[in-house]
Amino acid sequence: MASGVKPRVKVPKKASAGDVITIKTLISHKMESGQRKDGDGNVIPRSIINRFVADFNGENVIDVTLEPAISTNPYFQFDATVPESGEFHFTWYDDDGDVYETKKKITVS
Amino acid sequence: MELSRRKLLAVGASSFALLSLGTSAALASKADEAIAKFTGGADAGEGALELIAPEIAENGNTVPIEINAPGAVSVTVLADGNPVPNVATFNFGKLNASRSASTRIRLSKTQNVIAVAKMEDGSFQMAKANVKVTIGGCGG
Repeated sequence: MASGVKPRVKVPKKASAGDVITIKTLISHKMESGQRKDGDGNVIPRSIINRFVADFNGENVIDVTLEPAISTNPYFQFDATVPESGEFHFTWYDDDGDVYETKKKITVS
Repeated sequence: MELSRRKLLAVGASSFALLSLGTSAALASKADEAIAKFTGGADAGEGALELIAPEIAENGNTVPIEINAPGAVSVTVLADGNPVPNVATFNFGKLNASRSASTRIRLSKTQNVIAVAKMEDGSFQMAKANVKVTIGGCGG
């Protein structure tokens, strides 16, 4: 079902050790709330991303539980501390069992 | 479904007056239940927790909100006038620097957005913001 799902993530490429960096994420997804009805008055079944997790080198940064009240194309902005060079790992979990992943490297000097 | 904008506004205005009298109590208690579930019945006081939301949202389909919760372990966001009050729960990890986050949410009508934070010492804090919604975001 979930077609055209594309995660987009903005992470700075470089930082100093211990810096606080801001991360922005957006994933294209229609987030069908389960409240809407189609032309015949039938309820369109819920189909959303229900969880979003961001990790850095295996340590958790943020773990969000999403409900249908999150807008289409879920957007999140948050801050992270980067102790050393490594990789951010972003994961989105869809209601239909799909898992979308993306990774971003950062160099810490 | 084929309501014109004009009709929609008229229907909205009249039903809103009724709704705000009739169902808001029921919906508010739904939100209270959700809060009680999150806090385990503990009282939530005021504190450093901050919830930033626009005063007026023209489009209820995408309302930007921001939470600032220094010292919080997790924060849950609720909308007391939505069909389902729960909006999202943020759990902050070890590498989260500022315990803040922003996202975009749907609001079906004018209502309170509530943030409840669980602090590191196990206490709870609560913050509220009233958002006036011009066009609801539930596609009904």
